[in-house]
Amino acid sequence: MKIGAHPHHEHDHNHGHHDHAHHGHGHAPELATPGTTVSVQRSLLEKNDRLAERNRGFFRAKKLLVLNVLSSPGSGKTTLLRQTALGLRGRLRLGVIVGDLATDNDAARLREASIPVVQITTGTVCHLDADMVARAVQQLDLDALDVLVIENVGNLVCPADYDLGEALRVVLLSVTEGEDKPLKYPPVFHSANVALVTKTDLAEATGFDRKTALANVRRVSHHAQVFELSARTGAGMEAWLDYLVHAQAAVR
Amino acid sequence: MHEVGIMLEAVRLAEESARAQGGGRICALSLRVGALSGAVPEALRFAFEAVAAGTLAEGATLTIEAVPARWWCAACAAEFASDDPLAACPRCQAWSGDLRGGRELELSTLELS
Repeated sequence: MKIGAHPHHEHDHNHGHHDHAHHGHGHAPELATPGTTVSVQRSLLEKNDRLAERNRGFFRAKKLLVLNVLSSPGSGKTTLLRQTALGLRGRLRLGVIVGDLATDNDAARLREASIPVVQITTGTVCHLDADMVARAVQQLDLDALDVLVIENVGNLVCPADYDLGEALRVVLLSVTEGEDKPLKYPPVFHSANVALVTKTDLAEATGFDRKTALANVRRVSHHAQVFELSARTGAGMEAWLDYLVHAQAAVR
Repeated sequence: MHEVGIMLEAVRLAEESARAQGGGRICALSLRVGALSGAVPEALRFAFEAVAAGTLAEGATLTIEAVPARWWCAACAAEFASDDPLAACPRCQAWSGDLRGGRELELSTLELS
């Protein structure tokens, strides 16, 4: 999240590529005497990465297929998950952890379909992280599940940076969003293992350019498996469900 | 990107190191920030000021080394540099997607008093 500009904090940095912050603006006095130099070489994102790896190991031991589902708000994540769980009845048992800033509306919708679900309300945090997931799974009976789906906060920017410990990262692009979303949000689409084009039943009504959209998806989501479907009508759902059955067999 | 969270972690790591070395004040921190890390240097500086207050890192000089993005072009069997997230090989115009460097986000060195 980019912090809003505060004019009185503007520093004039005209020092070329290697800028140096000079804190001579009436803040604490600059410490002038250098002493020991310590080489640290540590990633600043290590904390989440470490927790994510711990989650990953835990999920593997439980033989649970875990998906991290990302998209912009309104792409159809919850409806897709509802229909996926129902479509897999008798084949795979699916549970969900859903993240939103506020309300438990999505959890309620899924619970209505008898899907085991935990709602995380983040307050103001724009993404789920590995720590939140680790705490949420404690509220699910994982031994009664084959697949755990984490429905991330609707956001195409921040969630891309946070490994949750998932096996598969699934990114949605609905036909109502236009064709160039992958080009506008490269990090999240590039990180996708699966790209799902959703709401295909609305393609004609929105004048969706399928050829361009798929070309853009393939260009940015280089290694992703692509599915086109409509959770509402069921079109294309079988291929997606079969994929999940095969993916789960691989982790069993 | 989450510059406040990132700088909180930077200050935490810095203090941890400082304490391990005997608890002196931190005079300077040096970060390596890749062009495609998603982090914005100005936002990191702003966040640093806010989170360093009251810590061993308060008042320290913050240096940010920008690390350029490097890609591998399989067709040309060669590397090329570009900070564009959808960079095309300057030789053959193919898009590679194989990023070899430029996502770094690390605390590299500290100077302790």
